[in-house]
Amino acid sequence: MADRSPAPDTPELRERWGSFEFSPAYKAKADTAIARYPEGRQRSAVMPLLDLAQRQVGEETNTQGWLPLPVIEYVARYLEMPVIRVLEVATFYFMYNLQPVGRFHVQVCGTTPCMLRGSDGLLETCKKRGMVKGHVSEDGLWTLTEVECLGNCATAPMVQINDDNYEDLTPERLDHVLDELAAGRQPKTGTQEPGRHTSEPVGGPTTLREMVTENHDYRGEW
Amino acid sequence: MPKVTVDGQEIEVPNGATVLQACELAGKEIPRFCYHERLSIAGNCRMCLVEVKPGPPKPQASCALPAADGQEIRTDSQMVKTAREGVMEFLLINHPLDCPICDQGGECDLQDQAVAYGRGGSRYHENKRAVTEKYMGPLIKTIMTRCIHCTRCVRFSEEIAGVDEIGALYRGEDMQITTYLEHAAKHELSANVIDLCPVGALTSRPYAFEARPWELKKTLSIDVSDAVGANIRLDSRGREVMRALPRINDDVNEEWLSDKGRYMVDGLTRRRLDRVWIRKGGKLQPASWEDAFKAIAKAKAGSSIAAIAGDLVDCETMFAAKKLLGALGSTLLEGRQTGMDYPTDNLAAVNFNSTFAGIETADAILIVGSHVRWEAALVNVRLRKAVKRGAKVFVVGPRWETTYPAEFLGDDVSVLGDLPSEVAELFEKAERPAVILGAGGLAAGAFQSALSLAQGWSREGWNGFNVLHTSASRMGGLMLGYAQKGGIADVVKAEPKVVLALGADEVDWSAFGKSLKVYIGHHGDKGAHAADIILPAASYAEKDGTYVNTEGRVQFAEKAVFAPGDAREDWTILRALADALGVEVGFDSFAELQAAMIAEVPALGVEGLADIMGLSGGKLPKAKAAKAKGSIAYPVKDFYLTNPIARASAVMQRCSAELLHGEEILEAAE
Repeated sequence: MADRSPAPDTPELRERWGSFEFSPAYKAKADTAIARYPEGRQRSAVMPLLDLAQRQVGEETNTQGWLPLPVIEYVARYLEMPVIRVLEVATFYFMYNLQPVGRFHVQVCGTTPCMLRGSDGLLETCKKRGMVKGHVSEDGLWTLTEVECLGNCATAPMVQINDDNYEDLTPERLDHVLDELAAGRQPKTGTQEPGRHTSEPVGGPTTLREMVTENHDYRGEW
Repeated sequence: MPKVTVDGQEIEVPNGATVLQACELAGKEIPRFCYHERLSIAGNCRMCLVEVKPGPPKPQASCALPAADGQEIRTDSQMVKTAREGVMEFLLINHPLDCPICDQGGECDLQDQAVAYGRGGSRYHENKRAVTEKYMGPLIKTIMTRCIHCTRCVRFSEEIAGVDEIGALYRGEDMQITTYLEHAAKHELSANVIDLCPVGALTSRPYAFEARPWELKKTLSIDVSDAVGANIRLDSRGREVMRALPRINDDVNEEWLSDKGRYMVDGLTRRRLDRVWIRKGGKLQPASWEDAFKAIAKAKAGSSIAAIAGDLVDCETMFAAKKLLGALGSTLLEGRQTGMDYPTDNLAAVNFNSTFAGIETADAILIVGSHVRWEAALVNVRLRKAVKRGAKVFVVGPRWETTYPAEFLGDDVSVLGDLPSEVAELFEKAERPAVILGAGGLAAGAFQSALSLAQGWSREGWNGFNVLHTSASRMGGLMLGYAQKGGIADVVKAEPKVVLALGADEVDWSAFGKSLKVYIGHHGDKGAHAADIILPAASYAEKDGTYVNTEGRVQFAEKAVFAPGDAREDWTILRALADALGVEVGFDSFAELQAAMIAEVPALGVEGLADIMGLSGGKLPKAKAAKAKGSIAYPVKDFYLTNPIARASAVMQRCSAELLHGEEILEAAE
């Protein structure tokens, strides 16, 4: 599990992020998010706004983005809500990074289905590349986090890197994905199993086979 | 009204009641941690599980389940017993077994309920979780490993205090209660979370490791730190008051207490006047009671004697002084130390007529010159409730940080004669408009304008004119006639030979240069510094007494401890002084004094809301046309240091320095 405490409140942090403001593009998105809720209920938009703030920080630092305390305070002011309430949300959800991360935030699922399908090997692969859990690698490219289930058990094992999932991984396939990312190319997202599109059974359907070509009434067979 | 059956007993419960409340109505005890009558329902401790039919065949959290017609509730079944044991076992998994060194020990909900509802031992053998301590200011000590995450403190600060500063960070097992960046909790009611905490996670910092609850003598008393008259319990051991805790009184303080009322008690043992002093050659010298009485008699005051009552004195003291002055032929009584001179012939015009419970139902409130948060923190809680119900609040006076949306209309009282049209319209249309006139407004001369506004907005069956005093003795003093027409200026003008200062510390004593100033009080504060003769008296904790709060509520306080050293109860000093001056006051015991006082002002003999309206002829006086002008200044400059006891209190000094003046107080190396 990553270090979930906010980055320390230092003068350097204040100086770097104290003047944070939404850029016009992000401001427009933020206001759209707020407009989804009735007037006076702007607090409801705290989650999208934190996400937008994190993305803008990511753009400014060429990383996946994270939430320094002054940025959290900015969001609180933007929504006219107590900052402790924003911090509660930011610390609750793992999608908000409270510490600086690298260009690619590699989140390896280690929950049972992925573990049974070989997530230990994936972690090993990551570590071989110099990634350490909860830390940014020296080249600034990678941050490794082991996370709990991300809901892709049918295509386990999987990792999530920034906004994309990479599924049906083996250490070699993960190596390829990471190589491509490091080289600045976008690898195929989703399942890495050749011939598989999403999470359908490998080698064709295993149930409701008669339904593949035509509609079939199973009711008599129950 | 739904009918439910609790353990075979059929009862009818009010609409909207929960199953927990239904069980309580049936006389069943339901263990709970997170549920609290005055907070919103969280339903996260799971301790209140009961069996309810119809419903899913599993225990249900009774605090969050509405009672419905025909429910069959069991609180005594095997399922309920096992469920409680299970919940308790889980709660204790991460709770340290440090009761012997925990300040909550002996008054701990978790301890009591573990005994009553838990199983004999734990089956948990793994490591317990540990949580770092969080700084929450000079009043709240935290041992967060003990926290069971009931979130009562979070809900209190958000809902009641209106200062969102405590939150629950992280999630699951890592959940931690803290303030933002561990800043101190900075509001006037912060210490109430200590009472709310069902375990020892939030305990009282000044009271840490001082005493165990079972060694304390409990005395029912009244808080004198402001004019609210919060009901308190003084816990004392030997001759020392260890702590003050709020008592429940829904009409006054509900179950809260301001930090000042709670923590100024350590001032009761500091800077005390415990012997007689006489000024000789400009210096105060220790003396005997006889010398002091002789010196006063030598002044040959005759009828040229005045009495000025301080903020903390009880009615009996004021009445005894009044009797003494009466016997000498003087009526120079005054209690408004800072020179206010509003008319007092009609008590209804200086009373909080809506009552505290009533002000909650007001729908438009105009505050004139009152920093309510500092002058009456518990009234501010009521105002916040009113706002939550939809009331609009407007303030005339300098800006202060409200805990609810409020519109400031400017510092100058002249705005009262010329309210913005939309504000005036709002009050015209309001069903229960209220005016709250504070000490700042009274001092700025806004009395007549505020009264005329209130009369303009009068409604059938609703009295919206309220005066919010700042001192515990004020209403009692006014009922006893401690008011001159021109205020204290009249007393100055009369140039009395002797002035009795009954704990009067806020008076500008330089105006009484020629008078012999006799200070009868308990703390070596401003009044004692100016005095020529000091007679040591008892504080509110050291004498029985009657207090009247700003709504005209008569309340009795009992004596908790004895006054230190040579100090005597105030009335005995005045009685002895009568002998020294050779006059009769007509009482020889406290009971006789009280009886005489009640005979003169019968309202003081009945505990509860005095019929101020009836006493003053059933209606408010007609407002005189007056154009008030001038800007408002609030009398309370520092919430934590408003009276001599608080000023002597190390805790209050630290609060003032750290919370109001932002000094960094370094923790002593441990």
